[in-house]
Parts: sequence; structure tokens; C-alpha cells
Amino acid sequence: MNSVPNKQGRFGAYGGRYVPETLMPALLELEQEYARVKKDRAFQSELAYYLKHYVGRPTSLYFAQRLTKRLGGAKIYLKREDLCHTGAHKINNAIGQGLLAQRMKKPRIIAETGAGQHGVATATVAAMFGLQCEIYMGTEDMQRQALNVFRMRLLGSTVTGVDAGSRTLKDAISEAMRDWTTNIRTTHYILGSVLGAHPYPMMIRDFQSIIGREARRQILAAEGRLPDCLIACVGGGSNAMGLFHAFICDKKVKMVGVEAGGLGVASGKHAARFAGGKPGVLQGTMTYLLQDNDGQINLTHSVSAGLDYAAVGPEHSYLRDQGRATYTSVTDDEAMVAFDLLTREEGIMPALESAHAIAHTIKVAPTMKKNQILIVNLSGRGDKDVQQVAKMRGITL
Amino acid sequence: MTSRLDRTFARLRQDGEQAVIAYVMAGDPSLGETEKLVVELERAGADIIELGVPFSDPIADGPVIQQAAARALRSGTSVRTILPMVERLRSKTQIPLVLMVYYNNIHAFGPERFCRESAKAGVDGLIVPDMPPDEAGPLKKPAASAGLQLIYLLAPTSTAERRSFVARQSEGFVYCVSLTGITGAKLRNVADVGKNVEKIKKVAKIPVAVGFGVATPEDAANVAAIADGVIVGSAIVKQIAAHQQEPGMVKQVGEFVRSLKTAMRAAQTKTR
Repeated sequence: MNSVPNKQGRFGAYGGRYVPETLMPALLELEQEYARVKKDRAFQSELAYYLKHYVGRPTSLYFAQRLTKRLGGAKIYLKREDLCHTGAHKINNAIGQGLLAQRMKKPRIIAETGAGQHGVATATVAAMFGLQCEIYMGTEDMQRQALNVFRMRLLGSTVTGVDAGSRTLKDAISEAMRDWTTNIRTTHYILGSVLGAHPYPMMIRDFQSIIGREARRQILAAEGRLPDCLIACVGGGSNAMGLFHAFICDKKVKMVGVEAGGLGVASGKHAARFAGGKPGVLQGTMTYLLQDNDGQINLTHSVSAGLDYAAVGPEHSYLRDQGRATYTSVTDDEAMVAFDLLTREEGIMPALESAHAIAHTIKVAPTMKKNQILIVNLSGRGDKDVQQVAKMRGITL
Repeated sequence: MTSRLDRTFARLRQDGEQAVIAYVMAGDPSLGETEKLVVELERAGADIIELGVPFSDPIADGPVIQQAAARALRSGTSVRTILPMVERLRSKTQIPLVLMVYYNNIHAFGPERFCRESAKAGVDGLIVPDMPPDEAGPLKKPAASAGLQLIYLLAPTSTAERRSFVARQSEGFVYCVSLTGITGAKLRNVADVGKNVEKIKKVAKIPVAVGFGVATPEDAANVAAIADGVIVGSAIVKQIAAHQQEPGMVKQVGEFVRSLKTAMRAAQTKTR
């Protein structure tokens, strides 16, 4: 199972490279360069250096004692990616690709962002490495994540609003791809999730796989055994792939991805690709998509900007078809309940994205035995969402 | 039997002319208008028509064609309504018709059924902007057995290796993208495009047409001097958008296409 993708970037039937010809040479160059640095000791030790001293890795695997007690079932461990510099796992990938951009001598980087976490991570890396940086963001997302927009600008990046389609993550990716097509000679595109054309889904998975490698080591040290189940939210799915990857061959470890159920799958206002979608091609890759019968992409809805996207990373489609991982969804309301519960019980305010993983934990932990172990990826912290939560509750700050 | 595309390029070669390849978005502002436009554009001098199939997320297109796609989708356009229009057109014209269609619209229809029904309606070829030949596997056989030609694109960024790989697989003509960018961007350096066309011609056995950024009769004449065909998209779509409320829209757009053909012919006579 560890041999995916193949040389064509295929995870079974999924993945591939569905891009305009203009981008093909750059993708082939990126693939070659990435293959080189993967084996390059100097690159890997530089990456390790920044992950340790700049990002603050390893992040802790925290036993959530009060949450465990409250739910009354499995032991719940939280992988604390919220403790990374900039507040989410996104920086693991941004550092890796930032180093790669320097190797390829690209003075300019671009990125898309939904919740703003990947945008902030990229803007941060750009500031640290002295790269010129432009971030594309849907105008709807700019509104609900105003704080992150300001953070990116403080870091010296240009934030460009995208006023097309649903004005969210999907439209930001399309615009970033158009920019990349136009400025490909000077620019590296730091895609933020396990999406897009090969080699992105593989490369981003690899950069994020540090999450699962650490968690595996940490749980063996803490409990002397592997967990029974992993839980992570899935937008594009980079935090989930990051956690899952190191456990793929541990067949007894269950893996559950949690999608955004929005107002409920039956309402049509959601981003649950595996519940309401079918395979197709969007933004460079073949994967599960929310689309109509003509292949037009549907508008999505989620309280969480980071999960509000019509496609899912191709490797998730593969893991689902293989039966290696299962996927479920929770609603906006369930995510909000989880947000409050973790905040009050553990003093940890989760990002609304990560609150989806907690919401599923609330459902399954009580059904498990007390000696069973759950690892939940707490992919980001909720500071960025405080304004939105206040607004939803009718509070003016 | 040779295809309509092959016959058209053969005729033009004999006449010492270059093809005007006119792009319109099917269903912008309505399929009825598109049908009239195709007939009028042929009369005005277009040699080949590229019909855009509207897609919700067109990553290779600039704002002009993005907005046209949005208008076409709002008017209820889809592959299922475009093909009957093509069938109606075939009783009026034998001009080569090529669909510019993003891969997901083909995939949703099913590649086999898409090719079969397109060919049956009278479509001659497909340009799939987000499908390089590397990913064309599932489309090749159905296209070949339906008699549809698959036209591939080459870009200024294409390496020598890509050039020979892509040019050899392309059918009908090679679509040479003039600039590093998206549709509707500004064409700055025709001399560089000429060099790229020369390189492509060394490895391609079929005509080479240049598109992206050809906006004016002058651009068209300059590009005609270096290639076998000139593809004009955003500039035509802009005309349609500007006149869409007027009863004379079809004639106006026809006039614009006539000005392209006239400029190309005039430049040709001068060089002779």
C-alpha cells in the first residue's frame, strides 16, 4: 500500500496530471527536483532543522484526560499540531516547499488559502526566506477570516481577493493556477493540501507525514502499543494524510476522515464529497467531487473555510476504495458543540476545521472500551475563528 | 475519408491562405444565438469554428471567457443541449466544428458516449485544455473509432522532448499557445512565437495554428505570416458580450471576423 502513487502520479484510478500544457514542464521539473531532495542529506537536515527550531517540532501527543473521562470510553490522545508556529500543521508543508523553491531558484511564491492557515504559513515562510509572496483567497473567506488576511499582510505578502464562483477555496486555487501558468518561469506554487496535479499530492503528504511518524513513536512510548483508531478532519486532507501515512501498514489501526457535513448532507449545503460526490477531474487531479450530472462543480458550504471545498485529495479516494480508511461527516452544529466542549474541558480552543474531528470523537469514543486508544489530529488552533464564533452568536467584539 | 479539418487546411494551402479559427462559447448568450453566429462567422470568412463548452471552473481561461462560461451556464447550456444544436447546424454548414471542452465535462458524460454522440451530431475534433496527451488514454480509442480528431496544445514553456511527444500525437492541427499564460492575455512578441512555430514545424507533420492573445486584425495578420492558422477567442467573445443586448449582435461579430480575414489576406498579398 505504500507504493502509491505510481510514476504517472496515480493512486489507483485517482490522481494524475490534468493541467494545461504550459504547466507540464514545470510539474515534470518539480517532480525531478523533489525526487532529488528526498534523497539529499543536506536538504533533509535543513528541513529537520527548521521543523525543530522554527516550527517547534515535535509537537506533543497530549492525553486529554478530562475529555476522556467526560465521554466515558476510549482514551483520547490529541496530536497537538495547534502548537506549531503559526497555529496549524500547514507550516510543515510550507517550510518544505519554501526550501524547494529556493533550490529551484524561484524568487516568487504564490499560494491559495481557505481558512487562511496555509496562507499565513506561506507568508511566514516567505518572510523568513526573503521570497516575494502573493496569496489568493476567496472574498467570502476573506470576510470570515479577516484576522488571517491582516496577518498575511503584516508578514509582507500581497493578498488578492478572488470574486468568482463560490468565492471560497476552490476559486482561490483556480486563480493561483492561472497565476502560475502566467508566471511559471519565476514562480513556485506552494499548494497547501494533498490536491492538484502530481507530484503535489505525494509531496505534500510526505512533508506532512512527520505528524504520523511522531505520533506513532509517541504513542508507543506512552502506551507501549499502537492506537485502535485515528481521527482527522478532511478538507483537501493534508492533516489527515499526514497522520495516516505512517500507520498505513498497521492494518489493525482504523483510520477515519471527517468531512464537513454543513447544514446536513440531505440539505445539499455541505462539503461531504464521499457522501454526495462521484469521481471526476478538478484542478489537476482525478478524485471524488461534488458535481452535477453535466460535470459542473457544485457550490459547497461549511462553517469552516478550510473544509469548504468540492474535491478531496486523490489518495483519500484511493484509501476509501481500498477500504483502508473510512470517511464520515459531521454538521456545522456538531462542530460548534465540539468547539465549546474541547475549549471548556481541556482549555484547548480548536480551529473549526479540527472541531469536526473532535465532533466525531464525541460520537465514537463512548462506544469504545476504556482500554482502547484514539488519536485525534488537532490540526490547528481556534484563535483565527474567535471573531466568526462571536458573530455567529450575535456578539460584537 | 479525410476529415473536414484536413480538407479545409488542404484547400487553404492551395489558395495560399491561413485559417481563421473563430472561438465562440456555446450558449453565450443563448444556443439560438450561437447557431446564428456560426453561420454568420463562416460567411464572414471563418474557416474553422471552435465551440466552447462552458465549465464552472475553467483554469486555462482568463476573465473574458470565464464570464462567457458563466453566462452560458446561466442560460442552461450543457453538452446535452450543445450536441442537438451542432446537429441542426450540420444541415446548414459543413465548416469544421471543434469542441473546446474541459475534461470533467467529458468524464461526466462518459468518454465513449461523449465521442460517439459528438461525432454523430457532426463534431470534427476535440481540444481538451486540461488534458495533455499523457492523460488521454481513456479518450484515444473512443475518439478514433468515432472519427473525432484530438488536437493537443504546445506552449512556449514546452521542452524539445514535449514538442516532439505532443506534436506527433496531435491530429488535425497543433494548437500552439502563443504566450505563457491564460486566454485573453496580451500578445507581446510575435517574433518569439514565430521561433516556437518553426521548432514545432520541424517535428509536426500537420498544420500549426496559433492562439491566445490574438486580439486585433493587425495581430491576426502578423500571426498569419508565421503559422497555418490563427485562433481568435477572447476578442470575439468580448464583441459578443458588448453587443449581446442589440439585435445586430450577430452581424457586428461577423464584421469583426471579416476584418480579421481581410487583414490576413492583405498581408498575404503584400508579401507575395
